[in-house]
Amino acid sequence: MSKEKIGVYVCHCGTNISGTVDVEEVSKWAGENLEKDGVVVSRDYKFMCSSLGQELIEADIKEQGLTRVVVAACSPHLHEQTFRTAVKRADLNPYLCEMVSIREQVSWVHTDKKIATEKSKSVIAGGVKRVAFHEELEPLQVPINEATLVVGGGIAGIQAALEIADSGFPVYMVEREPSIGGHMAKFDKTFPTLDCAACILTPKMVSVGDHPHINMYTYSEVEKVDGYVGNFTVTIRKKARYVDTDVCTGCGICEEKCPQKVIDDIFEAGLGYRKAVYRPFPQAVPKYPVIDTDNCIYFQRGKCKACQIFCPTEPNSIDFEQQDEIIEITVGNIILATGYDLFDARRVPQYGYGRLANVFTSLEFERMCNAAGPTNGEVVLRDGVTTPEAVAIVHCVGSRDRNYNNYCSVICCMQSLKFAHLVKERTGAEVYNFYIDMRTPFKDYDEFYQKVLEEGAHFIRGRVAEITDAARMPGEEGKLIIQAEDTLIGKQRRIPVDMVVLSAGLESRADAKEVAHKFGISCSTDEWFIEKHPKLDPVATMTEGVFIAGACQGPKDIPASVAQGAAAAARVLSRIQSKELALEPVRASVIEEKCSGCRICNNLCPFNAIIFHEDRMVTEINPALCQGCGTCVAACPSEAITGTQFSNEQILAQLEGLLMLDVEGGLVSMLEPEMA
Amino acid sequence: MDKKFEPLIIGFTCNWCSYRAADMAGISREKYPPNVRLIRLMCSGRLDPTFILKALAGGADGVLVTGCHPGECHYLEQNFKAARRFSLLKRMLNQMGIEPERVKLVWASAAEGVRLAKEITTMVEEVRALGPLNWPGVVAEDGNGYVAHLAPEEVSA
Amino acid sequence: MKYGYYPGCSMERNAIAYHHSTMAVAGALDIELQEVEDWNCCGATEYFSLELLPAYALVGRNLALAANQSVNGNQLIAPCSACFLNLAKTDHYMSTSPDLADQVNEALAAGGLHYDPGSVKVRHLLDIVVNDVGFPAIAEKVTKPLYNLRVAPYYGCLIVRPGTQKSFDDPEYPTTMDTLMQTLGAEVVDFPLKAHCCGGHMTQISENVALEMIRRLLKNAADYEADVIVTLCPMCQLNLDAYQDSVNKLFGTNFNIPILYFTQLMGLAFGMRAVELGFGKEFVSATLALTKIGAEPPPKPKKKRPAKGELPMPAMPEEDNQ
Repeated sequence: MSKEKIGVYVCHCGTNISGTVDVEEVSKWAGENLEKDGVVVSRDYKFMCSSLGQELIEADIKEQGLTRVVVAACSPHLHEQTFRTAVKRADLNPYLCEMVSIREQVSWVHTDKKIATEKSKSVIAGGVKRVAFHEELEPLQVPINEATLVVGGGIAGIQAALEIADSGFPVYMVEREPSIGGHMAKFDKTFPTLDCAACILTPKMVSVGDHPHINMYTYSEVEKVDGYVGNFTVTIRKKARYVDTDVCTGCGICEEKCPQKVIDDIFEAGLGYRKAVYRPFPQAVPKYPVIDTDNCIYFQRGKCKACQIFCPTEPNSIDFEQQDEIIEITVGNIILATGYDLFDARRVPQYGYGRLANVFTSLEFERMCNAAGPTNGEVVLRDGVTTPEAVAIVHCVGSRDRNYNNYCSVICCMQSLKFAHLVKERTGAEVYNFYIDMRTPFKDYDEFYQKVLEEGAHFIRGRVAEITDAARMPGEEGKLIIQAEDTLIGKQRRIPVDMVVLSAGLESRADAKEVAHKFGISCSTDEWFIEKHPKLDPVATMTEGVFIAGACQGPKDIPASVAQGAAAAARVLSRIQSKELALEPVRASVIEEKCSGCRICNNLCPFNAIIFHEDRMVTEINPALCQGCGTCVAACPSEAITGTQFSNEQILAQLEGLLMLDVEGGLVSMLEPEMA
Repeated sequence: MDKKFEPLIIGFTCNWCSYRAADMAGISREKYPPNVRLIRLMCSGRLDPTFILKALAGGADGVLVTGCHPGECHYLEQNFKAARRFSLLKRMLNQMGIEPERVKLVWASAAEGVRLAKEITTMVEEVRALGPLNWPGVVAEDGNGYVAHLAPEEVSA
Repeated sequence: MKYGYYPGCSMERNAIAYHHSTMAVAGALDIELQEVEDWNCCGATEYFSLELLPAYALVGRNLALAANQSVNGNQLIAPCSACFLNLAKTDHYMSTSPDLADQVNEALAAGGLHYDPGSVKVRHLLDIVVNDVGFPAIAEKVTKPLYNLRVAPYYGCLIVRPGTQKSFDDPEYPTTMDTLMQTLGAEVVDFPLKAHCCGGHMTQISENVALEMIRRLLKNAADYEADVIVTLCPMCQLNLDAYQDSVNKLFGTNFNIPILYFTQLMGLAFGMRAVELGFGKEFVSATLALTKIGAEPPPKPKKKRPAKGELPMPAMPEEDNQ
């Protein structure tokens, strides 16, 4: 007879559980059959997580002197904290409460009501037997370092950095490119307001650059991350710019005088040129240029040095001997805002991108429209002079397509409408948008669509089958022909145009998986970073202290990226303000008397939490570094290592409970005597 | 009595990936057979091989071990250690005469609810085809040798 | 390398050039083609539209005979795209539909034959050449590169769209034959209609419709200034070649593009004589085009300085390799 007094609470969850599981029967069964295991009260209730439900538990603890609580409801990932807090309010240690799932793991996945009910009984039996072995525990308090690392200097990262820095706490921003600004800096106008992207972005960029609390490391990458929440040690590689930023005034003469022109793949999306020593764009923050050693004449052949020769500063700002710098910083929290990559339209050969001169991607077209871009904002063909008379804009290139990416890239419909508007405005050409559905959900988005409709753009609902220059009829000579089915009239159409813009989809960064691994978070199958909960927690990750914001979490537009950046900043600020974070006390510890010094466990810890004391020939585990995985617990042949909350006794007791009844509810006859 | 044999399978899941995959299967309402009962561990590395043996000895007809995909363990590399222990255990089980299909290792990430449900469904059928394990019934009372399946007998305390 | 070989009816008649050149090239590449004993017609595209079960049984007989000969892991090559598809399709549907397999085998039993679906691996001749032999091995055998010959590679619609097995090339824009031609030294022109239908047997059903489809292909090749169109399917070759005259008459065009098989060009590049490779049998004579083949490689085009204001083109993967 157990000396514990256990309360069992079975939730109906409305009809989510009770629709499949006979919760009253389960509750009754627990009260009768688990009495010898310590169950003194067993109840069922419609919504255990409601305040009334919680009060039921609290009342029973106070009045009946309960020493343990088992709640059978939804997933512990949802409400374990709720019930622990309730139990705490009744002055019982929160870790003496165990939650078992009979919703996600029983009522929602099984159809046979009788068997689901029997399974619920076993699951609760498991919980009851386990909870008897729970111990009182206190969460570990971990101090939070005030500094934050923001990885990525796009709009999401900029927003996050500014919010934290404005509150007075230090921020380190690491950006891979020579300037912050991200993809937004490349755009011309932003939908639906048609604000000039640079006009709204550059003030923020300047704020970041000038901010007293932001340390900006551009042209840098994070190499290594060690530690855990509140205390991350981050190693940053600051790549050599070959420009002395203490002296350089950003005058730009080096760029002007440099004789080596190179196609700019990053900022100009391959549509324009830059020099070997360059700033990505005139409003770059910081204003210091960078030398691209792969294309620099001096670094390749030892000649030229024009930049150094013409540099007016005293001493000279160009430093060919500069080396990469390795910087180590300590931060309490990390925000990843690494953004997206554009889908490579060359993967769709029937659209002719790369083969046919006048097929452009969305980013190329943005650069074309940008007044500071390669065509000074004029919409022209690849020859750089001819104005098109008819332009086709193709939606969903590489998106909503099982051959490439199955998901919708969110921004392309609005972007295509924006392009339609810009083309009409600047050239008066006929515009044809080829779409599958028009996705214009947010504020002023549909009104923008209606405006473009009124401007006279043509919309053809049909996926483009082929873009070709193979003329079939006289009117098609010299044109690009879009072959698509117009599904609304049920006919094939061949539309001759001069220019095609492909709204290519958004993809995760090519190195997203490595970055995720570096920071200890995971990626989904499409390689977007995984958030803690897709609906209720979009900026946190499973790893404490690491947050995500912006397009790296999934395709989204600028307002959503800004919102997420701010959300991540708010989460970090609340951590910083509380100065301490309570960590789950799931830890391993060595019972010294049992340790024989075999050291089997020593090499199993990836967090370096296991220390061996040579003098006493015993192992010790550092509770601050231990993350509670339990691998060493499993490895110890002497059972000298215990894991709190997941001890051998607890797990084996749970196993016993699960094996109490067979699938149809009969008693399992194979119980070993010593397990009973 | 021709009642269909319902295998009882214990599943060990890890808190970060496979338990969440099971939750995800629930959220997606992806149905699978009710023959599996899950135990949550923090990590597949916590899995002591004796748990599997206890499960089989205690009446389970099969054990499903799950965890994060290699390379994606929340604790970085502990699922590799779980994999090592698992392969050694499989050899041992083979020598004990336990069919290899009874103990299975499946990696499942938090997003793979539907896939986990499919794996469970497959495994239930595989174990069903093998019949009940009835381990204590297989080993003779004095512990010597391998005896054909015996009917369960009540053992006085 | 040994393979089972299913020639198909056209190889003995209108595609005799394909047959001769295939045999010649196979010899040069050490490919032994063992013809399936007593093979029968594959039914082309007609029979399947008339009666399904006899059509499958007709093809099934070939598969059964090939399986019996069991050459080299039962790999069966078909040089004609239609034969290739029929064989592949039948094998696949017999695998997925046990009922069909039973019925076909019942029919085959009458002839003392039986076929287990999945036992023969059906492949197209081009697949073997580019994947099993490989471009480096082919490059080694080239003694007379086809410099200065502008070639438009025409795949036809069947070869890249089996649907029953993973195609060995991109279904929308295949490039394996392009690379093969480049390996032989020829200049490959962009031919966007490379995987578009030639009209098939529409020439027998509704000639004008077919002629329009043939006209589009010829026009596209002519627009890109191709000297020859190279094909891999007897049907495509027949349509583009034999009906070129009718196209010219109907549309008032004056196309004069020889239509050759890729094996013929391979043979030429390997230094074989044109007459060994079936040249002379084509309707539109290839003689003039063949005179363009020069001994010297064409000069590498100088990297054009972009005109003022001209925007750069995106880099394509082939350019990275050159």
